[in-house]
Amino acid sequence: MRGLMGAAAAAIVFVGFAGSVTAAEGGYPKQNWSFDGVFGSFDRAALQRGFQVYQEVCAGCHGIKYIAFRNLTEIGLSEDQVKAIAAEYEVEDGPDDEGEMFERPAILSDIIPLPFANDNAARASNNGALPPDLSLMAKARPGGPDYLHALLIGYEDEPDDVTLNEGMSYNRYFSGNQIAMPPPLDDDAVEYSDGTAATVDQMSSDVVHFMMWAAEPKLEVRKRMGIKVMLFLLVLTALLYASKRKIWARVDH
Amino acid sequence: MDKFLQIPIVQWIEYRLPIFSFMNESIVVYPTPRNLNYWWNFGSLAGIALSLQIVTGIVLAFHYTPQADLAFASVEHIMRDVNYGWLLRYAHANGGSMFFTVVFIHLFRGMYYGSYKAPREILWMLGVVILLMMMATAFMGYVLPWGQMSYWGATVITNMFTAFPLVGDWLTTLLWGGFVVDNPTLNRFFSLHYLMPFMIVGVVVVHLWALHVHKSNNPLGIDMKGPQDSLPFHPYYTIKDMFGLGVFLLVFAWLIFFAPNLLGEADNYIPANPLVTPPHIVPEWYFLPFYAILRAIPDKLLGVVGMFGATLILFALPWLDTCKVRSARFRPFFKMAFWLFVVDVFVLGWVGKNPPEGMFILIGRIASIYYFAHFLVILPLLGKFEPTRPLPESIGTPVLKGGGEMPSGAAAAKMEKS
Repeated sequence: MRGLMGAAAAAIVFVGFAGSVTAAEGGYPKQNWSFDGVFGSFDRAALQRGFQVYQEVCAGCHGIKYIAFRNLTEIGLSEDQVKAIAAEYEVEDGPDDEGEMFERPAILSDIIPLPFANDNAARASNNGALPPDLSLMAKARPGGPDYLHALLIGYEDEPDDVTLNEGMSYNRYFSGNQIAMPPPLDDDAVEYSDGTAATVDQMSSDVVHFMMWAAEPKLEVRKRMGIKVMLFLLVLTALLYASKRKIWARVDH
Repeated sequence: MDKFLQIPIVQWIEYRLPIFSFMNESIVVYPTPRNLNYWWNFGSLAGIALSLQIVTGIVLAFHYTPQADLAFASVEHIMRDVNYGWLLRYAHANGGSMFFTVVFIHLFRGMYYGSYKAPREILWMLGVVILLMMMATAFMGYVLPWGQMSYWGATVITNMFTAFPLVGDWLTTLLWGGFVVDNPTLNRFFSLHYLMPFMIVGVVVVHLWALHVHKSNNPLGIDMKGPQDSLPFHPYYTIKDMFGLGVFLLVFAWLIFFAPNLLGEADNYIPANPLVTPPHIVPEWYFLPFYAILRAIPDKLLGVVGMFGATLILFALPWLDTCKVRSARFRPFFKMAFWLFVVDVFVLGWVGKNPPEGMFILIGRIASIYYFAHFLVILPLLGKFEPTRPLPESIGTPVLKGGGEMPSGAAAAKMEKS
C-alpha cells in the first residue's frame, strides 16, 4: 500500500509539475464563470446576449469562421429564430447553370459571413492592424476568458509618461499596453431585450461567455460524460483493488 | 491449461504453431519475483499508453488533413463536427503526456533499483531506444495541428540540426523538404508520425523478449533463486496491473474531461504564421529539462550535443555505475545521489519553462553540470568507494519469515519452506 501511495504520488507530482509549468501568469481579475468547474455549463441567456454583442459590435471587424448558423441552436435559439437571423445575411453562392456567381440569403449550413474578403482588406480598413478571428480566441490567449474580460474593461487614459502611437489605445491588460483595437464597448452600446443593464462589464462578460462557447462548444457534453466516466472508473478501480487484495491474500508477500 | 490443450482445434493449432504454450509461458505461469512493488506497474502502463495512442491516432487520421492550408481547420473540424472527435483529440493530446509520465517513472524506477545492471544491459538500452523514438514521434505529432507553437517549435528544433558540422545544412534541408518549415515538412512529419509508433511497437517486442530471458528485477535487486522466490504472473500480476490501470485511467480521464488544455500552450490555438514569432517558444513539458540543457550551453553545437547527450548518456549507464549491488536499498549514498538527481531534473524542467534571463541562466548551468556529473563523476566514484549494506540471502527469505503459506499454482508443489 505504501508503494502504491508512492507511485500514485509520483504520477501526481509529474502531472502537477507539467501543469504548473504550463499554467499562465495572472495579473487580471478572476471572474466566476458558469462554465467553470466539474459541473460547469453555459448560461444560455448570457450566450444569447453575448451573440448580440458580437453581432452588433464585434462583427464589424472580427470574423468567427468556425461558427455556422446551425450552431446557434446550441445557444438556446430555436431553429426558426436562427433561420430568421440567417436570412438577414446575403452570401455569395454558385456558380449556377450559366456559370455565374449569385447572391442569396444565408441558410443554416452557412458560416456566419466574415467582415472582410481577405486579410489585406481587413488591414486596409483597420489602420494596418489585423482583427483576429474570434472562433478560438477564448482558448488562444493565456488566461483565456479572464484575460479577454480584463482586456475589454481595461481601456484607460494613458499615463503621462506614455506617448501612444497613432491610432493606438491604452489598455492596462494588453501586452505592451498599446492596442490597435479602439475601446469597442460603451455603456448601452447594445440594448438587451431581456432588460439586463448593458454596462461595459456586463457586455464584456456576455461576449466572452459567447466566445468561450464558440471555442469549446462541446464543453457541456464533455463535462457530463466526464462525471459518468469518473464514477465508473472509481467503482471499477475499487473492485479491482478488492480483487487484488483477495487474490494476494493467498500468499505471503 | 492442460485441459485447454486437449481441445481438438487447440491441439491442431498448437501442433502447427505453439502459440498457446507460448502465451502460457509468457503471461500465465511466467515466474515473476514475488516482491515487486507498485513501481513495477509502470511498464505495463507504458504498453497500454502506447496502444491507446495508436488507436486514437489511427481514428484521428481518418479525419485529419496533412496540408499546411487545411491542417488547422481539419483539427477544428474534428473538434466540432466529427462524432466524439473532441474526445479522440483530447485523449490523443493528453495521452502523449500520460505516456511520457509513465515512461519517466518507469525509467527512474529502473535507475533506483539498478535494473540496468548485468545481465539486463540490452534490455535497458532497448528502453532508451524506445524513449528516443517516443521523443521524435511526440515532437512530430505536436507539429501536425499547425498552430503557432507547432510551427515555431518545429522551426527551433529543426534549426538545431544546422549546428552539426558538414552535414548540418544538408540534414536540415532533408528534414524540411525545402528551405524553411512549410507544407513539405508537415507532409513528411505526418508520414513519420504515423510510421514511428509501429516501429516503437517492434522495439517493445524485443524489449519484452530481453525481459523474459532474465525476468524482472525486483526491489531487492537480487536474482530469483528458485520457485520460492517467484509467483506466476497470472493471476497475481495481471490483477495488480489491472488495478494500476484503473488508477492510471482515473488520472487520464480527469485530464481529458476536466482539464484538456492544461498541458497545452494557448498559442497553438492560433494558426501557424511564419511572419509572427510568439514571444516565448516553449516545447511540450516533457522536453523542458532537455531544452534547459540546450540553452544552458552558450555554444550552438555544444548545446545541441549536450541536449542529445543528456539522453544518449543513458546508453552508457550500465557501465558508468560499476557497483555490483543493484538496488538503492542497500546503497545509502547512491540513494541520496538518486534523489538529488531527480530534484535536478525537475529544476531543469522549471528552468526550461522560464525565459533564459537573470538567475535562470546560472541555475540552468549549475543544474546542467550536475546532470552530467551525476553520470560521469558521482556514479563511477560511488561504484569504487561506497560501502554497501549486506544483501539478503534470497527474495523469499525476508518475505516468508519462518515459512509462510504456499502460493497456489504450478510452482507451489515443488516449493521448499525457507
